[in-house]
Amino acid sequence: MSSRDTILQRLRNRTGGELTAPECDFSVLKRPDWTTAEKLDMFERTIESVHGEVHRTTEAGWIDRLAEILQSRGAQTLLIAKEHEIGKALKTATQNREDLPQLLVYDEPVESWQEALFTEVDAGITSTRGGIAETGSLILWPSVDEPRLMSLVPPIHIAVLKASELYTTFHEAMHSQNWAAGMPTNALLISGPSKTADIEQTLAYGVHGPKELIVLVIE
Amino acid sequence: MSETAQPTPPQSAHHIDVKEFHPRARAAIHNPQIRQNFRKAMDGLMTKRKSAFEGWDLEALRDLGANIRLRALANLPDLLEQLEQKLTENGIKVHWASDGDEACEIVRDICIARDAKTVIKGKSMVSEEMELNHYLGEHGIEALESDLGEYIVQLADETPSHIIMPAIHKNTSEISQLLHDKTGTDLSNDVEYLTANARLQLREKFMNADVGVSGVNFAVAETGTLCLVENEGNGRMTTTVPPCHIAVTGIEKVVPNLEDVTGLLALLTRSATGQHITTYFNMISGPRKADEMDGPEEVHVVLVDNGRSTIYQDDELLDTLRCIRCGACMNHCPVYTRVGGHAYGTTYPGPIGAILMPHMVGLDEGRHLPTASSLCGACGEVCPVKIPIPDLLVRLRQESVDGDKLHPAKVSGHGAKRGAMEALIWKGWSWMHARPGLYRMGTSLGARFRKLQPGKLGGWTQYRTAPKLAAKTLHERMKERSQ
Amino acid sequence: MVDPIKMYPAKPSKVYFYATCLVDMFYPDAGMAGVQLLEREGIEVIYPEDQTCCGQPAYTSGYHDEARAVARAQLGLFPEDYPIVVPSGSCGGMMRKHYPDLFKDTTDDVKAAEIAGRVWELTDFLLNVCHIKLEDLGEPTTVAMHTSCSARREMGVAEVGPKLLGQLKNVNLVEQVRAEECCGFGGTFAVRHPEISGAMVSEKVDTLVNTGAKDFVTTDCGCLMNIAGYAEKNHKPMDGQHILSFLWERTGGNRSKP
Repeated sequence: MSSRDTILQRLRNRTGGELTAPECDFSVLKRPDWTTAEKLDMFERTIESVHGEVHRTTEAGWIDRLAEILQSRGAQTLLIAKEHEIGKALKTATQNREDLPQLLVYDEPVESWQEALFTEVDAGITSTRGGIAETGSLILWPSVDEPRLMSLVPPIHIAVLKASELYTTFHEAMHSQNWAAGMPTNALLISGPSKTADIEQTLAYGVHGPKELIVLVIE
Repeated sequence: MSETAQPTPPQSAHHIDVKEFHPRARAAIHNPQIRQNFRKAMDGLMTKRKSAFEGWDLEALRDLGANIRLRALANLPDLLEQLEQKLTENGIKVHWASDGDEACEIVRDICIARDAKTVIKGKSMVSEEMELNHYLGEHGIEALESDLGEYIVQLADETPSHIIMPAIHKNTSEISQLLHDKTGTDLSNDVEYLTANARLQLREKFMNADVGVSGVNFAVAETGTLCLVENEGNGRMTTTVPPCHIAVTGIEKVVPNLEDVTGLLALLTRSATGQHITTYFNMISGPRKADEMDGPEEVHVVLVDNGRSTIYQDDELLDTLRCIRCGACMNHCPVYTRVGGHAYGTTYPGPIGAILMPHMVGLDEGRHLPTASSLCGACGEVCPVKIPIPDLLVRLRQESVDGDKLHPAKVSGHGAKRGAMEALIWKGWSWMHARPGLYRMGTSLGARFRKLQPGKLGGWTQYRTAPKLAAKTLHERMKERSQ
Repeated sequence: MVDPIKMYPAKPSKVYFYATCLVDMFYPDAGMAGVQLLEREGIEVIYPEDQTCCGQPAYTSGYHDEARAVARAQLGLFPEDYPIVVPSGSCGGMMRKHYPDLFKDTTDDVKAAEIAGRVWELTDFLLNVCHIKLEDLGEPTTVAMHTSCSARREMGVAEVGPKLLGQLKNVNLVEQVRAEECCGFGGTFAVRHPEISGAMVSEKVDTLVNTGAKDFVTTDCGCLMNIAGYAEKNHKPMDGQHILSFLWERTGGNRSKP
């Protein structure tokens, strides 16, 4: 008999007899309805407490803010999506301004440019599918247009979050977006930059992923 | 990685004699550095956990956690089949392993089929159970840990001393010295510098690894999703950069619904490190699709039994399988805090190890594990899924001495600790205490001749004075009073 | 572990007093203090003469047959429906929480469960059933308190000791760091793992001494024996007393109720 069948048979024929499944009451995870402003305040507090940086901006002003942020870090290159409106807006913007870094588009399989991705990209910018106020988390569903490594490999990850897409809890976000109906190849909650406390519980950032997480909140 | 000849430390990665708990514990107790490292770390973790749950109805949350796990266990075989079906639909290949050796062989065969020579690993306690690194090494495949703590422990040729913070037994200067000796970094107590160096070295490895091996925190049956909880990003690297990802997981990690994950995640990170959430919560539901730009082309899941289906047979022992591996029980254990993780000589140390490992190594090998507790109950009090750890410790103590004729022992290696002398002492004790007249006579004589009481009582008086018998027992005084 | 909601009974006219073997042999003063505190509250104390030990030492050592034989000898001691009060969280926990498990699948299961439901830790009983009001007649003093792990976690009475001591106007209660950590007693644990237990009690004594108090009180004689015994052997300035003895002495002993 295969190991699969052996294991399943042992589990099915347990000697202890029938097990009853208890009810699960998820109401402890529910929170009162918060306004967008309250959610944003909470989000800002929680993500900043884990070293994330929040910039409140607008549809009209975010590129200016992004340019300032990247200039202050001396970023030379910025990885963008090909199709997403964020990438398109940036491409358009570079036609008549000088203060943005060189734009790189993630439109080829990683194998063809892995070395460059790992060593030459200073920052990556992605969209989000919303945020979670309670834990200061960004929801990302990497896609063909915004591949997984965009938010992981460059030392700076910039995420654009619409304030109107803030949820109070993970539980609420999952239900509102009906995740159970089908999950993408990869889905992520990101709450701050990469960090470790493995050396004597001393926090250090950027151990494997980005050293900085910058959130542009569009109000 | 440079490999210099080093004497094998006692806690070297394999073939530890679990039975030798006492000498290892004694050595740790008398090692001020170990004591200080653990005390400081555990104090910090306890404080952080407490503040992370502020404002929560913690009892209700723990009830939810316990019920989610119990519900999953109640339907375990069905859920595993559902998980297998969903994963397969999603393009993930599912393997089943009865024990650690079989799981190792599965991983090796996947590597061989891909002509893989290097494996990069994310943190996985199941792979520690399997002793996977050692096995792959023997088969010519290099396995490198990428979690910083695991990386440090691997460089030192040790095993993790804590399930969440593997290198917690070392302080910064010890780690600095180790990294200097093994990788050539400068000696420094600057954690940022040490971390940045590890980043550089490991990035190189990620780019060149043929296979990534990770663990799994929760496996969701309804969507066929593997959930990984981590802070460093090495887990994401491991599961995204190499062309092949192999996830190894215990069969008990499955939950029915995606919703279940919200409850368990809320408990896991707060209980473990006092974080509201970790930096990354990574949910993987398939290999790279045809038009996607990154991610592994192959994803495998190895469902590992390794004793779990045996634990599953017994209604009481089953609770062991609720565990979500947060480590809170060890963080709050006064024994673990004193002796550290290596004293146990087991993959999982501390209270959870004491109730889990006897099933994996046998109660004969692991006979001391359930006794290494004062039954203070701190572990059960903080367990996010309400595992009655102290009750399970007592159950295993009973099993290890075959102490209950009404409920015959079941665990492999039971009865190994039953010594003729000790059994006789308890029989005599029971005989006397079940006979009130005899008890009164004995205690009364004791009181009268208390000057003859021995001043030395073995281990007790090594540290304390002997308790002093009173001149009159309470029985005698109450009797006089009523006359 | 702890009953979610404790249903305290109305103050009864009589109680059974279950002294425990440690109190009987080593700390009868603590037992007497408990008896007298109850009597001062107008409660008649019944002391079953045939009581011996709750069975816990054998139970936690895994010798359940032997524990059951001893525990069975206690089951017949409480025929009337009076509460059973115990001057120990540990023995109280054994009876309240573990008797039902120990007698599961035996003909005594119903009886054991019934008795378990009547067991109360004595300080809890004084505070929450008798609603005791203590009048402090002693000189100003500073004490620390160690609540046993079973009192804290099995009987859920961690708040009780500090509340009782709080009624004593001349007593300054100070709290040691890591107050909730085990002192290292653990019954046979202290003998099976002497080094670990020794390391635990040594740290407990240090934290108690660091409060500045010279005395501590505790709910359980096991902890008392452990902590005070360590302090004595190692010449640490820390004397211990059972909390019942302390409460009885502070409130003037057997003076009549005002």
